[in-house]
Amino acid sequence: MIQWISRMLVPLIVSYIVGFGLLSRRPVFDDFLAGAKDGMQTVIGILPTLIGLMTAVGVLRASGFLDTLSGWLAVPAAWLHLPAPLIPLTLIRLISNSAATGLMLDIFSRYGPDSLLGMSASVMMSSTETVFYCISIYFGSVHITKTRYVLPGALLATAAGIAASIYFVFFTN
Amino acid sequence: MLNYLWGIMILTGMLWGVANNNLEVVTQSLLESAGEAVTLSLTMIGIMSFWNGILEVGNRAGLIAWLAGKLNPVLSFLFPELERDHPARLPIAVNIVANMLGLGMAATPAGLEAMKLLQQERPPGCDLHRATDPMCTFLIINISSLQLVPVSMIAYRNQYGSADPAAILGLALLATSCSTLVAVIFCKLMGARRRAAKR
Repeated sequence: MIQWISRMLVPLIVSYIVGFGLLSRRPVFDDFLAGAKDGMQTVIGILPTLIGLMTAVGVLRASGFLDTLSGWLAVPAAWLHLPAPLIPLTLIRLISNSAATGLMLDIFSRYGPDSLLGMSASVMMSSTETVFYCISIYFGSVHITKTRYVLPGALLATAAGIAASIYFVFFTN
Repeated sequence: MLNYLWGIMILTGMLWGVANNNLEVVTQSLLESAGEAVTLSLTMIGIMSFWNGILEVGNRAGLIAWLAGKLNPVLSFLFPELERDHPARLPIAVNIVANMLGLGMAATPAGLEAMKLLQQERPPGCDLHRATDPMCTFLIINISSLQLVPVSMIAYRNQYGSADPAAILGLALLATSCSTLVAVIFCKLMGARRRAAKR
């Protein structure tokens, strides 16, 4: 069932949208080209960020720091039933999407994207958001300082996403 | 935030390299990672442009507005405080739909607009720096991640040699549903607790 969803989701959405566009009598290919051009500019726009953060993670990896960190985190990781290399990823994920992407790509190149670690990192990144960044952007824009139960709620939802990612990946593979 | 984070990452790596006496490897890795980022972006251009193009077709055909309209019953359930003609309902719906489709660029402006309207439309005389229940619910649901198809993730996995890059889609959908479900239950409980306290 889960594999079926994985296989069907992209074709389904693509054909649904193109069909919707045709039925609405839109020039679908012209619209596609305009969007694709924007997408291209977005990727090029994030290239400097990616270079900066991938080099930073590369330096941390090569210096041996990430291995040492995983060693330190082995005890809390065992207690939380988390694989140790996922802990830095989880923490950074709360603050910065691009820095977390850098760490995730490091996990990909070390353990492979199809390893249990690579899979849980992929699913976890896909089912969580940059908690602190989002709160500061949204509440900052309207000068809210008393955030009440937003932080506990957001962290709880994120924890549920992380737990579900790891549980489902290790359970179904 | 990122300024400190990045600075600390670079300096920690360098100092750790000095301490472990492996600065050559560190320099080597620095050069390789920079190149790797460029290769990655080049291959990402393909899939990201395609997906963005498809989403733009939906956007221009009015798909977001249409789906946002369908969301009314969901909004009434999530935001019992907002009457049917509340101006913030539309941007909230657009934000949720855009997030589900992975249209971050359309989601954020709509989300900020919703926040602004929620702020303007509150009863006079209350603390303007204190978040209201609809604001909290909106933000928590938003942060619980709603994205149905994490396209950039497929692109990353593909680039790093995954045999089946899309294999995570089903699991990601499941995990996202879990986090959103927890978010909804949490917000409902908090809302119920506040109403009970008021009585």
